[in-house]
Amino acid sequence: MRLVLRAAEVTGASRLIDVTRAHVDSCLDHGEASLDFVQRLVDGGAAVRVPTTLNVGAVDLLHPELYRGDPGMAERGRRLMDRYRSLGARPTFTCAPYQLADARPSFGEQVAWGESNAIAFCNSVLGARTNRYGDFIDIAAAITGRVPDAGLHRTDARRATLVLRLAPDVPVRLRDADLLFPLLGIVLGRRAGSAVAAIDGLPPGQSEDRLKALGAAAASSGSVAMFHVVGSTPEAPTLDEALQHGTPPSVELVHLDDLRAVRDELTTAAGDGLAAVSLGTPHASLAELERYVTLLRGRRVHPEVECLVSTGRDTLAQADTAARALRASGIELLVDTCSYIAPILREAGGSTMTDSGKWAYYAPGNVGARVVFGSTEECIESAVAGRVVRDDRAWCGS
Amino acid sequence: MVRVVTGIVGRALVLREGLSLWGGMDPATGDLIDAHHPQHGVNLAGRVLVMPSGRGSSSSASVLAEAVRAGVAPAAILLGAPDLILSIGAAVAEELYGVRVPVVVLPGERLGELRDGQEVSIDPDGRVRTA
Repeated sequence: MRLVLRAAEVTGASRLIDVTRAHVDSCLDHGEASLDFVQRLVDGGAAVRVPTTLNVGAVDLLHPELYRGDPGMAERGRRLMDRYRSLGARPTFTCAPYQLADARPSFGEQVAWGESNAIAFCNSVLGARTNRYGDFIDIAAAITGRVPDAGLHRTDARRATLVLRLAPDVPVRLRDADLLFPLLGIVLGRRAGSAVAAIDGLPPGQSEDRLKALGAAAASSGSVAMFHVVGSTPEAPTLDEALQHGTPPSVELVHLDDLRAVRDELTTAAGDGLAAVSLGTPHASLAELERYVTLLRGRRVHPEVECLVSTGRDTLAQADTAARALRASGIELLVDTCSYIAPILREAGGSTMTDSGKWAYYAPGNVGARVVFGSTEECIESAVAGRVVRDDRAWCGS
Repeated sequence: MVRVVTGIVGRALVLREGLSLWGGMDPATGDLIDAHHPQHGVNLAGRVLVMPSGRGSSSSASVLAEAVRAGVAPAAILLGAPDLILSIGAAVAEELYGVRVPVVVLPGERLGELRDGQEVSIDPDGRVRTA
């Protein structure tokens, strides 16, 4: 409770409100301090008061053999995950709790979520309400069921104060490519910082998977906790509603060169050599797993390329057919953790290809990977060929 | 428990861009490890970190607490805007290890006046002074 009150002080809130759910990110090991903190809660007899899901941990508890790091670290990571479970939280161990039907908050619900991509998705795509709850305060909110009445819990803070639009020079094919979304997300994070932006001018009804990729990238390059995509997110059926009928700010254009610069910047590896391909950051949805199967067309990945797909254990449990097909193609399925936060990759310093803006952003610092950023199709084709295969068609034309 | 609260003195490290401590600072060494940050490679240990805002991951609170435990945390963090994640990380570190890392918000113009390497002191009441 002291932490919740400290949070109220920092956010300037004058009262606390109830939350109905929590998503806790503190179960990922960041050193002895992580364990020292939860041990204090366990010793004090604490338990969660609202339904609580858990974010990724350091170890894949279902496939522990995939961990290549120091066994002592793995043991500490496992103990931490276990302690959070013992507080009454559900062992979902996924960064995409919004993909679990029974953990998904509904429109307008007040919740306390951690994990930057989940926070962005919760506010933007579900229209549920959370602030950016970091480690420690997330579990404090789950135990007390209370958060400060501040920020994105309140309607006025959800208004767009910045409008981004694709410039006319962005080719039609790129406008309708999955690849656009992580790149636009990195641009969004840089331009918006922590502000709420509206993206205008995209075709309506964009898929959840595209919006997930956009938000995850924006929450990596910036502190984006909420965005609107006009015609696709629930609080933005029109630009005017995203602005809550306020005066429109000036529109900022995103040019083809901005997107190309991000793609080139995210690629830190030179040449076409390839050690690994990593897909599923944030954790792949069932639709994404099925799409990988479709793109593989029954082919096997190259024997010298390590190909990993990260997903949630609950998604995996529903994806028998897709999982069987992916494994038959030589792909390893990873749950409970991710390949850019834990020592999983066979050759950590090798060139690794990904379709995720977030993976590309953090993997060099976290696990020393050299990154090749590409579309999902390019990743699959490269995994099969055993070298980086590019298809630049989306970047050409008008 | 009686806690003697004293001021904090350190040399300023002015970051040109916000930093997510998670993925941005190695909590074992205090090094800035974000490959996309213009000041990649500098060490944050014992410095008065000055930055426009926190950024990115919600795990930064843990990284700050662990850096405090390991003795390589910044001495203080001065920001242009409130940051819940860093403030909570500092509160937990103080609770667990009894070490205080003040997280102070300054108006933009005060923040902009601070120069790299300048000696900065933070009083127990959060007042920031420069030599």
